[in-house]
Amino acid sequence: MKRQNILLLVGAIALAVVPLVMIGHGGGGAFGGSDDLATKLITAIEPGYHRWVSPVWEPPSGEIESLLFAVQASLGTGVVAYCLGYYRGRRRAQADHAATR
Amino acid sequence: MHIMEGYLPAGHAIGWSVATLPFLVVGVKRLGDRLRNDPESRLVLAAAGGFTFVLSALKLPSVTGSCSHPTGIGFGTVLFGPWIMTVVGFVVLLFQALLLAHGGLTTLGANCFSMAIAGGFTAWWIYRLGCALRLPFNLTIFLAAALSDLMTYVVTSLQLALAFPDPVGGVPGSAVKFLAVFAVTQVPLAISEGLLTVLVMNLLRTHASDVIGGLVPRLRGIAR
Repeated sequence: MKRQNILLLVGAIALAVVPLVMIGHGGGGAFGGSDDLATKLITAIEPGYHRWVSPVWEPPSGEIESLLFAVQASLGTGVVAYCLGYYRGRRRAQADHAATR
Repeated sequence: MHIMEGYLPAGHAIGWSVATLPFLVVGVKRLGDRLRNDPESRLVLAAAGGFTFVLSALKLPSVTGSCSHPTGIGFGTVLFGPWIMTVVGFVVLLFQALLLAHGGLTTLGANCFSMAIAGGFTAWWIYRLGCALRLPFNLTIFLAAALSDLMTYVVTSLQLALAFPDPVGGVPGSAVKFLAVFAVTQVPLAISEGLLTVLVMNLLRTHASDVIGGLVPRLRGIAR
């Protein structure tokens, strides 16, 4: 199981790194967001279209935006890690308890 | 997969919101029942929500030279079913619409439909199909998560194509253009999501097989 888990992780990392290396340097990869590309495509298909509502609040800069994305990711990671840690500790404790009896 | 605020005409925005609402109502009810009747599963439910939070915040580079993100819906769907994950997806999308200006309130219904409903039910049906065909458990989980991720972006493309038909090619012509932006970019990311979902499921099975056994009955017989 452990070996499989390491391979899974390596696979996921490779899938992110390979595109960066392959088309990152001079390969024409700008790595903009696909959501933004879709928005551009909308204006290309229908040049007269303008958004009729603006976001309630926008992060004032790219830094603040990446801060909030980092907060989102770390909150999620925290909860997942807490859950896994809790069950791992509980399993250990049960094993110890069974061994001492 | 986020359609940005104001980028769906009002009729479409309302239509997708109306379509999403019944799923949310049933989802909230099932979530309440689950939390009452099965307090043991609370922590795993929190982890399923956490997984969606992380994965949908990770904008990863792809082979097309643009960036996109996975959804994380498949993992929770296998454990809690698609209805409850509709609520989880809604919360994540609301967070992103309000705090990140990513997606929007008028497009919340459409985004929730593609990510949580289309993505969730795809994961659920693939998972059920994998079980029926007696595929290996990890392969089933991988396919459920990866295809759910991909389906989300296919549905987003179709939503945009319906709203913005190509002047020459109509809706199909427009769909091809949006699919070129979303679906192709998403293929490696969907594989990533499948791998990460199997990884977290492995960890959970190792350390919490008793809790998981209750959520995924089939696992009782399979987990080692």
